[in-house]
Amino acid sequence: MGVALTRSAQWTAAGYGTRTLETTPLNEAILQEIIIFIESFIYKHPQEAKYVFVEPLEWKTDLDPSAFELGYVVSETTVESEEADKNGQPLLFFSVPQIQVRSFGQLSRLLFIAKDRKLKEAQACIEANRNPVRKILGFDYNAVIEDSSVLNILDKITEDNDPESQVKMKIAMLLKELDLHLLNHSLKHISLEVSLNPEAVKNDVELLKRFSGKGEETVLESITYTSDYEFSNGCRAPPWRQILGEMCYVLVKPHDVETLCITCSAEGVFLNGGKIDEGEINYERKGAIYKDLITFLKNTSAKFSEVMSKEQIRFNELQNGKDQPNETSDKKESDAIPKAVDGSDKGMLEKKQINFGKRQMAKRLEPSLNWKTTVDYKGRRSSLRDTHKEKRGGKLEKSAPSVSPGKTQLACKNVSKTEEIVSESSSESEEDEEPPDHRQEANADLPSEYWQIQKLVKYLKGGNQIATVIALCSLKDFNLAQETCQLAIRDAGGLEVLINLLDTDEVKCKIGSLKILKEISHNPQIRRNIVDLGGLPLMVNILDSPHKSLKCLAAETIANVAKFRRARWAVRHHGGITKLVVLLDCAQNSTEPVQSSLYDARDEEVARCGALALWSCSKSYANKEAIRKAGGIPLLARLLKTSHGNMLIPVVGTLQECASEENYRDAIKAERIIENLVKNLNSENEQLQEHCAMAIYQCAEDEETRDLVRLHGGLKPLASLLNNTDNKERLAAVTGAIWKCSISKENVTKFREYKAIETLVGLLTDQPEEVLVNVVGALGECCQEHENRVIVRKCGGIQPLVNLLVGINQALLVNVTKAIAACAVEPESMIIIARLDGVRLLWSLLKNPHPDVKASAAWALCPCIQNAKDAGEMVRSFVGGLELVVNLLKSDSKEVLASVCAAITNIAKDQENLAIITDHGVVPLLSKLANTNNDKLRRHLAEAISCCCMWGRNRVAFGENKAVAPLVRYLKSNDINVHRATAQALYQLSEDVDNCITIHENGAVKMLLHMVGSADEDLQEAAAGCISNIRRLALATEKARYT
Amino acid sequence: MNRKKLQKLTDTLTKNCKHFNKFEVKCLINLFYKLMGDVTKRQGVVTGLDRNAFRNILHVTFGMTDDMIMDRVFRGFDKDNDGSINVSEWVYGLSLFLRGTLEEKMKYCFEVFDLNGDGFISKEEMFHMLKNSLLKQPSEEDPDEGIKDLVEITLKKMDHDHDGKLSFSDYEQAVREETLLLEAFGPCLPDPKSQMEFEAHVFKEPNEFNDI
Repeated sequence: MGVALTRSAQWTAAGYGTRTLETTPLNEAILQEIIIFIESFIYKHPQEAKYVFVEPLEWKTDLDPSAFELGYVVSETTVESEEADKNGQPLLFFSVPQIQVRSFGQLSRLLFIAKDRKLKEAQACIEANRNPVRKILGFDYNAVIEDSSVLNILDKITEDNDPESQVKMKIAMLLKELDLHLLNHSLKHISLEVSLNPEAVKNDVELLKRFSGKGEETVLESITYTSDYEFSNGCRAPPWRQILGEMCYVLVKPHDVETLCITCSAEGVFLNGGKIDEGEINYERKGAIYKDLITFLKNTSAKFSEVMSKEQIRFNELQNGKDQPNETSDKKESDAIPKAVDGSDKGMLEKKQINFGKRQMAKRLEPSLNWKTTVDYKGRRSSLRDTHKEKRGGKLEKSAPSVSPGKTQLACKNVSKTEEIVSESSSESEEDEEPPDHRQEANADLPSEYWQIQKLVKYLKGGNQIATVIALCSLKDFNLAQETCQLAIRDAGGLEVLINLLDTDEVKCKIGSLKILKEISHNPQIRRNIVDLGGLPLMVNILDSPHKSLKCLAAETIANVAKFRRARWAVRHHGGITKLVVLLDCAQNSTEPVQSSLYDARDEEVARCGALALWSCSKSYANKEAIRKAGGIPLLARLLKTSHGNMLIPVVGTLQECASEENYRDAIKAERIIENLVKNLNSENEQLQEHCAMAIYQCAEDEETRDLVRLHGGLKPLASLLNNTDNKERLAAVTGAIWKCSISKENVTKFREYKAIETLVGLLTDQPEEVLVNVVGALGECCQEHENRVIVRKCGGIQPLVNLLVGINQALLVNVTKAIAACAVEPESMIIIARLDGVRLLWSLLKNPHPDVKASAAWALCPCIQNAKDAGEMVRSFVGGLELVVNLLKSDSKEVLASVCAAITNIAKDQENLAIITDHGVVPLLSKLANTNNDKLRRHLAEAISCCCMWGRNRVAFGENKAVAPLVRYLKSNDINVHRATAQALYQLSEDVDNCITIHENGAVKMLLHMVGSADEDLQEAAAGCISNIRRLALATEKARYT
Repeated sequence: MNRKKLQKLTDTLTKNCKHFNKFEVKCLINLFYKLMGDVTKRQGVVTGLDRNAFRNILHVTFGMTDDMIMDRVFRGFDKDNDGSINVSEWVYGLSLFLRGTLEEKMKYCFEVFDLNGDGFISKEEMFHMLKNSLLKQPSEEDPDEGIKDLVEITLKKMDHDHDGKLSFSDYEQAVREETLLLEAFGPCLPDPKSQMEFEAHVFKEPNEFNDI
């Protein structure tokens, strides 16, 4: 039992103490066997069942005390067996959840009681008692069992003769039997996973032979064994190789590859070193291990796999035919097989073949099983301390005289295990936007380019400078934009060579290598491989090279590679940003002597490539900073003044990327870049226009910049670009620029002049979301002016805007609600919005999970309620709407709170609605918000409070909810809007006597007196009203006192 | 040699050589006679640099190693085929070496690679020039197979008219597509680094020559 448990059972690798048995079929089988053994123990060996264990087996059980019945003393949380030992100790003691058992008899009964939870109990018991034999028999017997043969045990029995130790011995023997039984049993289980044996290989070879020969239709040209002699065990390998598990060697000549010498071993099939002389073979493994001959050939020969896929059906039929006799003779095994194969998602053919191999294996296994266990038993004696890991593959090799099937499968398992690990590490998860790495499908049909590329890479590896250059030039002729070719280079180990070449002094090799790297680095996986292989530091070094074309190529390759974060970090980390910025400077040194070297590019080209690389790098914040620190902005600004289209795109692209940073925007303004951006809006190049518009979009957050755009005449080209809607990227950039520019009123006037508003309205339909967001944003800004609102309405812009309210894009919803809010100010527009049920749509946006949308919708509701006819009736018609609004006062977002307060102010203007929201508890909720420093919220909250005072005893209620004292403090704010709203609220609240006192106590009078002198009439009036209320109260009290 | 003669020689050579200015020509002539001086000391009176002396210069100054290519370079310099390089051959040769245009260089390289001078680079010639370009792999059945394959690859790349050999137009077209192929069959031009070193060394203001 002990051995089986430590060696065969599959423990989880969690370390001692907490280790548990994995739930594998093997473990389950072992547990089942143990259960059967224990259950039958009480009947088979009644004498031994009474034996009291040296130490109790103790574990945590899930059983309930109530499950124990006859023969037990049961209390609520404890159970004691009536059966006791000599000292009167119960043999079973159970105190929830811990259980202690001290005899096999009790164990048997327990399992009987556990019924369908037997397995769980057995597992818990074995997990808690890692060495049950020792606990049962005591330490010395444990040792006896572990390191002695039957003979030793017999000796022991004859030595001491008392009956107790005889029983003990008997039990020891029984346990030993169980142990052997378990090992045997587990072996049967493992044996189902065998994949290769001599007979299976023989069958494969025979089968392939029948489909081989000259001509196009055959799978192979020829397949032969290297040796004609077959040993009695079915192997053809010489005995000293058989020890290593090798069975035979096959010479295969596929149609498209040269003759392959293949080793078929128990571990799988692989390419060996080839035939050296007559009968001599270089046994060294040269390639990967495949699980069988067919898989190997499929992966090696494209032609083979192609023909095979055609022949598959025929092949399958044939195999099935061959299987027939097996199936009838071996019913039992074949029953087990589908279970083993289930769940594996391999192709039909493979599945068949596994079956094929396994059936034969299983058949062959029967006789050798006993042999295996004996070996195992002997082996155990010789190396006691073998860890079970070692046993998996290693130990049997020493004693195995011929190929052992048992070892075969064990080794196979190991191989597949290691392969799994390898494939796992190759697909390490990437932190970035990059897709996960996936190796090329192993048995996908590979085009001929694949093999040609592989050959060229071989020459790259093994050639001198001349051969390398030829191979590089030839490699460049392949279609490197194609993924097959890119991956072929990588899979052949070409990337390593290409990158190594960058480290040499050979200018030509470096150029050739970079030309290829530049192309294949368009592939995201290759990019990552290049970074992993340390390619970037080398390229960064090349940027210092005196040869301009080398610099260009390096910069261009960096531009391609630096598309993900880790790469961009690497460029910066190795000082690449500074060097790239230096490249930008090249264009100015035109005084340089004209060199006649072959490897010189034009200065502009160098600068262009530098800008290209910076563009890629500028996607990282830290890189933007590094570019700025390296003095990149003035250089970019200077390059922007040139007129080469190719140059401008990366330059503007970089600027546009960087313009997301505040200090860049300042620098862009300072370097007078806007002027050139505007100029290039008129360019012919769409991409350039797009990036210019994008850069303006980024920069136009700043008011001065917006003015600059207008002053340099940028609004007109922007407006005219709106008319071309085919290029969506550009349209998005242009509309974005218009949106940001229209934040300035003067710009809006210009846009109206250019009829841009009409065009924008036209863009409200059938555009992608990126465009819509900007268009709606622009309209929202434009509609701040009356004239434009009229234009929008007249152009039929309201309907599409309302339609957009049902979207899900948050940015779009925020902009749409803003635009509608702007339109709703116009009563005529409001009629349309109400007719289109826009208010209801806005209201439902209050349920949107995003706070910005909520707030924006609530703001939009304010003008709607103000301007709608029968607004009160309309609001009431929204079932649950008012409750929803009131509950939004529990939000965490200040913006949402402010907007909802504003909405409540408007809602409360209708008496009936005010009554309803009062019922919904608006007063305490508003009061709770009173302690805030946010001026925006203060203002709207104060307004809401003053409006809500108009109903019932709300005034008093605000006082009771302690809203008054905080309101008084609002008067200390610097915002006149807050003052006005607060004064109005205080005026309303001061109608209540208690509030009056509170206001006075908090020292409001002095501040209010000050505000009476304000220029704002509303504020004057409210402040004066409040003071008069306080004063009146004071007079009344005085009067009361003196009368 | 007197100053007047030298002056005259310098003038003629400068006139005929478009890539060098007068100063540079003068430097090169000086260098030539300096080298000649060394040679003369050893071998008695000669008219120019002989093959060995020239190969020595190629090897030491321009880092060339391939014997065959160096021989061919010598022939390229030695226009009159008299087995030695005189002063004008020296200046003309170096003008191409250091300053030649792509066209000039192509013509020169093609001549170097066309071993038998029949106007074509044949397969055999390629094989000859490439035979040392691959590392010998012990397992390879036929050590020449890789070379043959490489020749085929080269032909596929450069032989545009598919006649199994490279004419000058084949070569020219290939080089114009890919400049790296200029020295496809071996380095016969100075590599950029040694060229720069050479120029820096020779064309510096040579005080010691000012008075010649």
